[in-house]
Amino acid sequence: MEYFDTLIVILQSTVRVSVPLILAALAGLYSERAGIFDIGLEGKMLAAAFAGGAAASVYGSALVGLGAAVFVSVCLALVHGFASITQRGNQIVSGVAINFIALGATVILGQAWFRQGGRTPQLGEGERFTTVELPFAAELADIPVLGSIYSNLLSGHFLLTYFAFALVPFTWWVLYRTRFGLRLRAVGENPGAVDTAGISVIWLRYRAVICCGILCGIAGAYLSMAMTAGFVKGMTAGKGFIALAALIFAKWKPVNVMFACLLFGFLDAMSIRMQGNSLPLIGEVPVQFMQALPYILTVILLAGFIGKAIPPRAGGVPYVKER
Amino acid sequence: MNDIAIELKGIDKKFGLVHANKNINLSVRKGTIHGIIGENGAGKSTLMSILYGFYQADNGDIFVDGRKTVIRDPNAAIAAGIGMVHQHFMLVENFTVLENIMLGAEESQILNAGITKARQELKRLEQEYELEVDPDAIIEELPVGLQQRVEILKALYRGAEILILDEPTGVLTPAEADHLFRILEQLKEQGKTILLITHKLREIMAVTDEVSVMRRGEMVATRTTAETSVEELAELMVGRHVLLHVEKGPASPGEVMLSVENLTVRDSRGVDMVRNVSFNVRAGEIVGIAGVAGNGQSELLQAISGIRRAVTGKVLLQGEPIHVTGKADPSELRHRGLAHVPEDRQHMGLVLKFDESENSILGYHDDPKYLKGMFLDIDAIRKDATNKIEKYDIRPPNPRLKTANFSGGNQQKIVLAREMERDPAVLVIGQPTRGVDVGAIEFIHKRIIEMRDAGKAVLLVSVELDEIRSLADRVLVMFDGRIVGERAPDTSEGELGLLMAGVEDTKEAAQ
Repeated sequence: MEYFDTLIVILQSTVRVSVPLILAALAGLYSERAGIFDIGLEGKMLAAAFAGGAAASVYGSALVGLGAAVFVSVCLALVHGFASITQRGNQIVSGVAINFIALGATVILGQAWFRQGGRTPQLGEGERFTTVELPFAAELADIPVLGSIYSNLLSGHFLLTYFAFALVPFTWWVLYRTRFGLRLRAVGENPGAVDTAGISVIWLRYRAVICCGILCGIAGAYLSMAMTAGFVKGMTAGKGFIALAALIFAKWKPVNVMFACLLFGFLDAMSIRMQGNSLPLIGEVPVQFMQALPYILTVILLAGFIGKAIPPRAGGVPYVKER
Repeated sequence: MNDIAIELKGIDKKFGLVHANKNINLSVRKGTIHGIIGENGAGKSTLMSILYGFYQADNGDIFVDGRKTVIRDPNAAIAAGIGMVHQHFMLVENFTVLENIMLGAEESQILNAGITKARQELKRLEQEYELEVDPDAIIEELPVGLQQRVEILKALYRGAEILILDEPTGVLTPAEADHLFRILEQLKEQGKTILLITHKLREIMAVTDEVSVMRRGEMVATRTTAETSVEELAELMVGRHVLLHVEKGPASPGEVMLSVENLTVRDSRGVDMVRNVSFNVRAGEIVGIAGVAGNGQSELLQAISGIRRAVTGKVLLQGEPIHVTGKADPSELRHRGLAHVPEDRQHMGLVLKFDESENSILGYHDDPKYLKGMFLDIDAIRKDATNKIEKYDIRPPNPRLKTANFSGGNQQKIVLAREMERDPAVLVIGQPTRGVDVGAIEFIHKRIIEMRDAGKAVLLVSVELDEIRSLADRVLVMFDGRIVGERAPDTSEGELGLLMAGVEDTKEAAQ
């Protein structure tokens, strides 16, 4: 029973750390499926986390914080869109630039506004998101196994958590069952086909980039206003890159994205759990090793175990009408 | 009654310094097949792109059914009843046929309702025009002929009354091309108007009612097809008299220079592309390999020239074996007298960002005559390039110009000059005139015959059956990786076409 409880705790923690990964990876999915590669997920998330934390503490409202986070992230997404769609620039360079801007600007603005070493003030009640208990969670907690799963694993999360998981089937539905999704997938594969069908490639790609911005904004808000209570500099700590790895790992498919993020989240949860504890036989595992594991896993799995991950064919290539 | 479907008045378009269309006037009668012919770069595609709303003309008006119509984007063209089948298909390759046809004409935000309707409509179109295709097939798994059919269906599904086809037969077998022409006839009978863009005179003569000729951005003439001839059209296209048939004397084959024995080659997917192929090429003869693209010719060329490793088999160059199943070294083969003009000049024959002079020594750059110690002797290279430019009439005659800025025909001449001027014993040529103008074709064909007459062994691979028939002394037909027959070059096109389509025993089939 003790092992079971430990497992529930680890899984609970897995869900908690997977949420920003899922949101960011789905954000990347919308953008990359439309042919705009985005390594700026990290930067957008970080800027959103800062904007969320700052606005929530200044205006004393979690919702205002969320709005500010989404707004800032969408603005950065539009910058990336302008550079890579309208100006046909290099998408990788633009993404890297956004990451650096976010990293520097959040600290400078944070220090200038709040003078707490780049942090935003600790968020109090009402300024941050709170967890919700599912009905009867307390009553059912005593039932062995199932009750524990229900009240400890499924219940007691933030609304954003449920939102993130609901977004997975929703994204699948959008991609494969709606006109927008059909066109989005088409523009990432062959923008020429979309253009000759009388659809604006530019507007379609901008919409994809905006979707990406919204989801990155929510992911950032989750980091500073749900998972913790305030912004800390560099708090995304590579989550945007892990989300990107998950996206490739999942071959740009929504349901796979969820499982990939849960796997990476699980490794993260394990690494937190393992700190200071030693494994039987192996002894103490360096925490750095556990943190590097998602990346190592991505490289190994991509190198042959899951087959070739074929990116959208027009990905990374600006669309120019050919003469 | 108005019987003009499309009228263009004074269409003018410049791209920077290039005057692509100069004051073009054109009228196309309803219910006819109207051909537009011209060399590459004559402005045909630009004109059609303007009609389809891909570009805006700087000047001029478009009238559709007698009404002045502004076509600002493809949407407006579709609304005006104009459909286009592009030279490079505008299909999403990993989508199904149905998804491709629906794209842009989905009816509603949610796909389900539209899908049922699209299926019904597709079925109706299939029956009406005999255009069968499985709506659930994935595009990249279909042969090109069927992919093109999907493009046509796409246009018809959007209610096109006027259909533009841009170089539609470039990728088709003769049989597929004939099938396409039957489809076009059928569309014409149903009252559709068809604009056929091509640089192949034979097609114009075969299907069109009227033909307009473009040269250097200008519309130079319009003729009724029945009242014109191939010779007249060729002259109008090039602006001077052109020899359409290469004149060549009989071959006098000498000893075997290149011998291929039981060669089997796999492609990168591990599929056998060349299966147990054997043949000889003698000095002083041209052996042509005919076949539809993708039947193993590319892999055969690559194995012989040492670029791709063969699985089994032997290749002898002047009696000495080439290590084709192991590490054959293309540069060593070059020194042993095998020159290779690759099929894809832009990717394998040239570095487009290099100067002309640099490309003219590519692969021979270690020759002492281009070197000064360990450095390149730029002056010697430029001088050498200038000589080649003169001899091969490469235009513009500037060895310092970036290769990308030469036209297709001149790029091909750069490659030919490089390989032929080395005086090789064996010349292996893939697609010598793909994307090359009529004028340059004439020149290239003459050169190839000259090589033969100088006693070289020439192996010629081409998907243009006409080219094989007019150049080769012996024709080998490749199908599905095998050589399925050897014929004389004067064998009828029909018989060769059947062989190319994999129908063996053509003699029986012809009877």
